[in-house]
Amino acid sequence: MNNSLKIIKYTFYDTLRSWWAILYFMFFLLVTGGLLYFSAGFTHSVASILNIILFIVPLVSIVFGIMYYYNSREFALLLMAQPLRRRQLFLGQYLGLAGSLSLSFLAGIGLVFLLFGSMEAIGLLLMLMFAGTVLSFIFTAVALWVGVQYEDRTKGFGIAILIWLFALVIYDGLFLAFLFVFEEYPLEKAATGFSILNPVDLARIMVMLRLESAALLGFTGAVFNKFFGTVSGIAVSGFAMLLWVFLPLQSFLRKAGNKDF
Amino acid sequence: MNSFGYHIILLLFTALSLPAGNFAFAKDLEVCNTCAWTSIKQAVEAAEEGDRILVRSGIYYENSITINKKISLSGKGNPVIDAGKMNGIFTIDKTDSVLIEGFILRNVEVSYRKDFAAIKVFRSNYCIIRNNSIENAFFGIQLEKSDYTSVLENKVVGEAIKEASSGNAIHLWYCNNASIEGNYLQGHRDGIYFEFVSSSVIRNNRSTGNLRYGLHFMFSDNNLYQENTFSKNGAGVAVMYSKGIEMTGNLFSDNWGAAAYGLLLKDITDSSIRRNTFSGNTIGVHAEGSNRLQVEQNTWTRNGWAFKIMGSCDEVKITENNFISNTFEVSSGAARAGSNVFDGNYWSSYTGYDLDKDGSGDVPHRPVKLFSYLLEKSPHAIVLLRSMFTDLLELAEKVTPVLTPEFIKDENPSIKIIKW
Amino acid sequence: MIRIENVEKSFRKLPVLKGVEVEMEKGKIYAFLGPNGSGKTTLLKSILGLVKPDKGAIYIAGQDIQKNWEYRRRIGYMPQIAHFPENLNVEELFRMIRDIREMKGDNEELVKYFQLEKHLKSPLKTLSGGMKQKVNAILALMFDPEILIFDEPSTGLDPVSHLKLKQLILRERDRGKTILITTHILSEVGELADEIIFLLDGKIFFQGTTEELLASQEEKNLERAIAKITDREEFEKLAKREQHTSAVSRLFHWVA
Repeated sequence: MNNSLKIIKYTFYDTLRSWWAILYFMFFLLVTGGLLYFSAGFTHSVASILNIILFIVPLVSIVFGIMYYYNSREFALLLMAQPLRRRQLFLGQYLGLAGSLSLSFLAGIGLVFLLFGSMEAIGLLLMLMFAGTVLSFIFTAVALWVGVQYEDRTKGFGIAILIWLFALVIYDGLFLAFLFVFEEYPLEKAATGFSILNPVDLARIMVMLRLESAALLGFTGAVFNKFFGTVSGIAVSGFAMLLWVFLPLQSFLRKAGNKDF
Repeated sequence: MNSFGYHIILLLFTALSLPAGNFAFAKDLEVCNTCAWTSIKQAVEAAEEGDRILVRSGIYYENSITINKKISLSGKGNPVIDAGKMNGIFTIDKTDSVLIEGFILRNVEVSYRKDFAAIKVFRSNYCIIRNNSIENAFFGIQLEKSDYTSVLENKVVGEAIKEASSGNAIHLWYCNNASIEGNYLQGHRDGIYFEFVSSSVIRNNRSTGNLRYGLHFMFSDNNLYQENTFSKNGAGVAVMYSKGIEMTGNLFSDNWGAAAYGLLLKDITDSSIRRNTFSGNTIGVHAEGSNRLQVEQNTWTRNGWAFKIMGSCDEVKITENNFISNTFEVSSGAARAGSNVFDGNYWSSYTGYDLDKDGSGDVPHRPVKLFSYLLEKSPHAIVLLRSMFTDLLELAEKVTPVLTPEFIKDENPSIKIIKW
Repeated sequence: MIRIENVEKSFRKLPVLKGVEVEMEKGKIYAFLGPNGSGKTTLLKSILGLVKPDKGAIYIAGQDIQKNWEYRRRIGYMPQIAHFPENLNVEELFRMIRDIREMKGDNEELVKYFQLEKHLKSPLKTLSGGMKQKVNAILALMFDPEILIFDEPSTGLDPVSHLKLKQLILRERDRGKTILITTHILSEVGELADEIIFLLDGKIFFQGTTEELLASQEEKNLERAIAKITDREEFEKLAKREQHTSAVSRLFHWVA
C-alpha cells in the first residue's frame, strides 16, 4: 500500500472520531433538515442551504485544519523520523483531513436529502455536494499552508480567520466597489474574471446558475452568459476550482518538504 | 313597361339568379396527378366564382398562385405545395370570402426586397385560413388591410436563424376584427405581429422559440388576447403604443436573455392584465410609460425580476397577485412615487406576521431590495447575487433604509397564496 | 555506524552548528551534553532528517542520508514529548507505525514489560503522560532498529519504568546497537554512557569516556567538570567561595 494511503487511513480514523466531525455532521443534519422540513421543498430552501454551506464549510475547514496542524506538530515529528517521504506524509494528512471533513458534510446533507428530498432535485443536491466538497478541500489546504508558514499559533489562527473573512465578505465588497468605480466601462470580462478568482464566489455562482438562472443568465450580457452557461465555461470553472485546491496544497507541501522542524 | 316595372323585374331576376347561379353552376375542380387538373394554378385560373377546388395528396411544385375570385381551396389528404424557394405561394388579392384549408406549404423564398408569404391576404375581407401547416416559410400568413379574417388552427414552423433574414409567422397590418385562434407558431422572427390592428382576438395560440417576440403588438387598440402560451422566445412578448388591451389567462414562460421579458409594456394605457402566469423569465413584466393598468390575480413564479415598473408609469394598480420565489420582486428605476398601488398581494418573501388573524400581514411589505437597486446602476453586480456581502448590505438596509424607495410597499400583504 | 562530516547549520543567519565532526560505532551508548543552544538538538534532528544541514554530510551505515529516507528504517526515535492522535487507541497506533515502516515489529513483549496490556484498547487521549511515554519508548524499540535515539527519555516516567527503560537500553547496547541519548540527569550519563559527546557553541568540544572528561577537567565529579566547561568564569568564582553544592546544581538546570 502507498504510504500516503496509510497516513490518509489513520488521519481519517482519528479525525472522523473527533467531536468536531460529529458536531459538523450533526450541524448539517439539523440545520438543513430543519430548513427543508419547514419549507415547501428542496428547491425552495436550496438558496438558504447554499448560504450556510458557503459560510460554514470554509470556516470549519480552515479552523479545524489549522488546529489539526498545530496539534499534530509533535506527532508529525515522530512520523517524519519514520522511513517515509515527507511529501507522502503531509499529502496523506491533508487528504485524510479534507476527506473526513467532506465526509461529515456529505453524510449530513445526504441523509437530509434521503429524508426530505425528491428525485428532481438531485441535480441541485449534487451541485451543492460538489461545491461543499471542493470548498472543504480548498480551505483545508489553505489552513495547512498557513500553519506551515507561521510557527506561532495565535498568528496563524488570526491569519486563517482573516483569509476566510476575505474570501467570504471582503472580496465581494471590493468587487462591488470596483464595479461601481468603473461602471462606465464594459465589465463583462472583468466581472467573470473576478468571480473565478475567488473560490467561494465560484462555488456560489455554479450553484446559482442551476437555481436562478433566469436572473443570472439574463442580465449580465453575452460574455458572462456564454462563459458560465457553456460546457467550456463549466470546464474552466471546474479547472479554476481544482487550481484553488492545488495551489495552496502544492505550496504547503513544498514548504513542509524543505522546512527544518 | 315603365321603368319601375323594368326595375322590379331586374331585381327579381337578380334575386333569383344569384343564389340560383351558385347552386346550379358551382362545381368542384379536383387536382391530382391523374385528375383532370394536375396543377393548382391552372385549376384556380379555370375556376369560377363559387367553385371548390379539391387538391388530393401529392407534392405540387408551384408558386405565385393568385386568387382573385370567390372560391375555396381545400387540401384533402395533406397535399404539399413546395415553392422551391421561389416567391410566395397563395395570394388572395382583393377578393372577399376565400377559404384556404388543409395544405402543407413549404419553402417560401427569403428575400430582402419583397415580403413573400405562404399565404398572403391583401385587401380582402371575410377570408378563412385554417388547418394549414406551413414549413420553412419567410412569412407564414400575412394579412394586409383585410378585415374579419379568421386564422385558425394553423401550424407555422420556420427555421429562422437571424432576425434580419426572417419574417413573422402571422403578420397583420392595418386589419380590423381578425380572429387568430389555436395556432402553433415557432421559429420565426415574431410569432404574431400586429401593427395598426384593432378589435381583434388572439386566443389559444402557442408561440414558442421565435427569434424576437412571441407576440408583437404596436399601435393596435382595443384588442383581446387570452389563454395563449408564449414561451422561450428571444425577447418574450412586447405590447407597445396601444390602448384598451385585455390580456387574460396567458402563460409567459422561460424567456431568457439580457433583453428578454415575459411581457414588455411600453406606452400602454387603459388596459388590463388578469390571471396570467409569468414563470421563469428574466423579467416577468417590464412596464414603462404605461398608465391606468389593472394588474390583478396574476401569478409570478421564479422570475429574475417579477415586475419592473419604471418611474414613467401612473395609476398602475397591482392587486391580489401572487409573487412566488422570484429573485427580485419589484424593481423601480425612478425614485418617484407616482400613483401606482400595490395592495393585497401575496409575497413569498414576506417576513412579517399576522397577529390579528385578518389574513393580511400587520406590517407592510417592501418588495424593492437594495441589491436590485444597485443592479440598476451596475448590472454586472448580479454575479454577487446571494453573496454574504450583499446579504449583509440587505440586512443593514432593512434596519435603516437609505437607498431603497420608501413609497413602494404593499400595506396589506396577503398571508396566503391567493386563489380564484 | 554514524559518521558526521563537517556539518554546518544556521537558522536565520544564526549559526547553530559550526562544522561538527563526529563518528559513532556499534555497541556503544553516546550521551549528548551541552548547554541550551549548543546545537545538540539540531544535531540529533539532522541525523533524523528533520533538519537539513547547510553544509557537510551525514553517513549512516556508509550511506549519505541527504535526499534519502529509507535509512530511517534503521533508526528508532523516542521524542521528548509524546503527543499522539487523540482518537486512535494504543493498538491502532502500533499498527499505524507498523504499516508505515512495513516491518512486523514485536510490541507484545515490550507491552508486557511495561505493563501496558490493559491499555491497548484505550484511546490515546485518556492515557497519562507517563503511560504515553511508555508507548513512545515501545514505538522506538519495537522494530529492533540498529540505531536508537532517545531525547530526554526519563521525562514523565515513574521510577520503576525509568529503571526498566535504562535496563532495556543497556541490553540493546549489548546486542550491538548504536544508542544516542540526550539527558539532563547526570547520574543517567554515569550509568549509561560509554562515551560523552559535549557540544559547545556549535562544535564538538569533547568526545570521550566519562573518565577522560573528568581527567581533562581535573575534576572528580561530573557535575563540576561540566560546570567548569560550560562557564569557567562563574565556576571559578563559585569554587573560590566553596559553596558549590546548591549554587552549582542551580546552574545545572540549564546545562544539558
